[in-house]
Amino acid sequence: MEKLTSIDSFHALQGRLLADRDPTIPTIVISAGTCGQASGANDLIRAAKRELLSRELTDRIHLRITGCQGFCEAEPSVLIEPRGTFYPKVGPGEMVGIIEAVARGEVLENLLFVDPHTGTPVEKQTEISFYKKQVRTILARNEKVDPIRVYDYVENGGYSALARVLASGDPSRVVEEVKASGLRGRGGAGFPTGLKWELLAKQRNGQGKFLVCNGDEGDPGAYMDRSVLEGNPHSIIEGMLIGGFATGANKGVFYVRNEYPLAIKHLTIALRQSRGLGLLGDNILGTGFSFDLKLVRGAGAFVCGEETALIRSIEGKMGEPRQRPPFPVEKGIDGKPTAINNVETWANIPVIINDGGARFAKIGTKRNTGTKIFSLVGKIKHTGLVEVPMGITIEEIVNDIGGGPVGRARIKAVQTGGPSGGCIPANRFDLPVDYDSLTEAGSIMGSGGMIVMDDSTCMVDVAKYFMNFLKGESCGKCFTCRKGTQRMYELLEDISQGKGTLERLSLLEELALVVKDSSMCGLGQTASNPVLSTLRYFRDEYVAHIEHRRCPGGVCRDLVTYSINEDCNGCGACAKQCPAEAISGTLKERHVIDSVKCTKCGNCRTVCQYDAVQVV
Amino acid sequence: MITLAINRLPVAVEEGETLLEAARFLGFPIPTLCHMDGLSPYGACRLCVVEIGEGPKARLVSSCTYPAQEGLKVRTASARVLRARKMILELLLASCPQSKIIQDLASAHRVSQQRFRQEHEDCILCGLCVRMCEQQMMAKAIGFRGRGETRSIGTPFDMKSEQCRLCGGCIYVCPACQLRCTYTEPDKAICGGCANLSPPCVEKEQFDDMMCYMNPCVACEIEKD
Ligand SMILES: Cc1cc2nc3c(=O)[nH]c(=O)nc-3n(C[C@H](O)[C@H](O)[C@H](O)COP(=O)(O)O)c2cc1C
Ligand code: SF4
Ligand code: SF4
Ligand code: SF4
Ligand code: FES
Repeated sequence: MEKLTSIDSFHALQGRLLADRDPTIPTIVISAGTCGQASGANDLIRAAKRELLSRELTDRIHLRITGCQGFCEAEPSVLIEPRGTFYPKVGPGEMVGIIEAVARGEVLENLLFVDPHTGTPVEKQTEISFYKKQVRTILARNEKVDPIRVYDYVENGGYSALARVLASGDPSRVVEEVKASGLRGRGGAGFPTGLKWELLAKQRNGQGKFLVCNGDEGDPGAYMDRSVLEGNPHSIIEGMLIGGFATGANKGVFYVRNEYPLAIKHLTIALRQSRGLGLLGDNILGTGFSFDLKLVRGAGAFVCGEETALIRSIEGKMGEPRQRPPFPVEKGIDGKPTAINNVETWANIPVIINDGGARFAKIGTKRNTGTKIFSLVGKIKHTGLVEVPMGITIEEIVNDIGGGPVGRARIKAVQTGGPSGGCIPANRFDLPVDYDSLTEAGSIMGSGGMIVMDDSTCMVDVAKYFMNFLKGESCGKCFTCRKGTQRMYELLEDISQGKGTLERLSLLEELALVVKDSSMCGLGQTASNPVLSTLRYFRDEYVAHIEHRRCPGGVCRDLVTYSINEDCNGCGACAKQCPAEAISGTLKERHVIDSVKCTKCGNCRTVCQYDAVQVV
Repeated sequence: MITLAINRLPVAVEEGETLLEAARFLGFPIPTLCHMDGLSPYGACRLCVVEIGEGPKARLVSSCTYPAQEGLKVRTASARVLRARKMILELLLASCPQSKIIQDLASAHRVSQQRFRQEHEDCILCGLCVRMCEQQMMAKAIGFRGRGETRSIGTPFDMKSEQCRLCGGCIYVCPACQLRCTYTEPDKAICGGCANLSPPCVEKEQFDDMMCYMNPCVACEIEKD
């Protein structure tokens, strides 16, 4: 790898790479992030390599292994460029057929994605309802690059933004550009990034400043940061280099949780490559600007995502938040000024520099610009990572992109913002998704988790689930947060077991407000959200548990009974699956559940094809 | 100097002073539990919360850790502050009813009931002992372990610490330790029993290999002999 010593030599390299590229050669793109690999992408890669080599097709058909492409439910998926053909859930045996078809320039109709509403196959990725409404500024780049090949990134315009700001030689203009873009931090709080940088730039540079990429991503069920780290590590390195130039920082830290081995591997490779190319380290591209990055692995505590706890963790201390002020921008790592930004925030920086802040600001709404990645999961047809312009309604995400409810169920709420977020009921699905509207509705944007719930979800159970998470993940320093979450869990558990009273419900509410009010960091201050937001919109469910000893969602074990209704056709599938042998009946006749023996495991309900198992 | 207003009264303090120090200078009482002069502020018990800011931006902060800021408007006894304080005391009573210090604070704030499931814990994780040991005894024998519900205090690996010199500083500052003197019957605890032991437990020879926070507690063992 040649070391680039000037901006001109960088442009020369980029030009060479572009000239060598023939965009008409068909390329098989296999999505192999952690999610893809888990669903079998590695087998596809092996099959494809074997096939291409043995048929000596490597010159005529290219293969690209990339990070996650977002449509998790369709993994392992294969995309054929430049045509845009999308094959979902490809089996290793089908790879040969696909390669043959590509070689002939054909499409395999029978392997295409079938739209669940119309029943017709859809060929192109961009035509699939899941992708249609998305604006994939960040995620679409995952498909274009092999994360372990820096040349892929450079060829696709990578590091051009860096070259541009270095050529301009004016750090304050970079800050102005980021301010003009209106970009707000994607880590949850939505603090304007340009403003944060300006504050850091103003700090005296006596003993050095730090930039941090927060890749802790502790929310259960959220993995957008992982996908970007795995799929496009250079974009974040580039973002941080630009940030370093703009703010006068010359050291950076990647804080990534150890549970993300693939992200760590790709980042390590990327750092080595960019250092080798002279894009990282001393005297970058011969401009005199120096910036170096190191990788710190976190041990996977949710609270270590909080910025002051994260700083302590980087310093090798216990991950415990501290009083702000002083803010990290004044006193951060080793007491030096530090700016912390989320993975996705960093990934947006090169986009802003390349396109200009003003153009970036046109996407989304006035106070919430750009796109945001959500991990859309739960009781919905299409799950995966979706990138949408800010201000899109929940309705559009849930129904158009997510494809609506599964089967006959009715969607009743979405939970946003991770464990300390809140639930938004279906009658408010016209709500635009942005920092301010979500906060107003009693939830938060958080880092982008979005869990869809239907009428088989119990809201008390949901609150209980998150409270259980929080009581284990609170750092435990503030008495209100540590004990408060334990006590809220205790009260919720009582309600879910039919032992609640209305007095204790108001105690729960009273406690929730105090925990929110008097805890030190963001974790404690939002720990009550699961309780307060479910109470705000679904108080009737709480009351049903308390007054009628009934769980409307059919979830709380102590309050439900399983029975079989007249839709039963006597297939006997449930009886075979019942571990308690509580189901009896003769074949082809309606079966019965012995409620004394029944352990309420729910197996029968899952296996019944006739929806005959009732839970009330 | 920094000028701020506490309960509408202006006050000027040195940079770096906390709201608690400023309020005490003016004579406004603020209850504290995990704060002690001579030890660094920690902000664990949250009893010292005060309300700062105005309008929708008003919020509670722990006065023992929050630095005085120019122009800040502080309320030490607003309805919101009192509501939080009372609930914190109720939670403390629910966890550690036998502590004299907690009982006194509760009665001073007219908290006469506690509505949670009664527990008898012997530590509220205020961290006074940890800071005492580190900052005054220069021993660093004990520290925090774990997080959330499994957080606890002890020596590394719960082994007798080479660093600990059995000074008893940790017992001396503990607001909850009283439990240890009566731990077989916590409900009948008479508070402050441990404080009156003579000679002080840690001077007893046969307890050389024991430490204050250990179970069984030194004081309890003395009861027996
Ligand atoms: C309990 C808690 C957990 C957090 N976890 C994360 C996280 O996993 N990733 C993240 O980027 N920010 C997290 N944050 C937000 C960070 O503290 C910080 O605001 C953010 O990284 C700033 O970056 P941004 O301005 O780009 O959003 C968390 C905050 C709290 C209070
Ligand atoms: S609010 Fe909770 S997580 Fe935050 S510092 Fe306090 S105890 Fe720790
Ligand atoms: S007795 Fe031991 S643990 Fe306690 S303060 Fe003294 S040195 Fe520290
Ligand atoms: S042992 Fe006592 S002093 Fe130490 S943290 Fe627990 S309650 Fe506080
Ligand atoms: S005295 Fe301030 S939090 Fe305990």
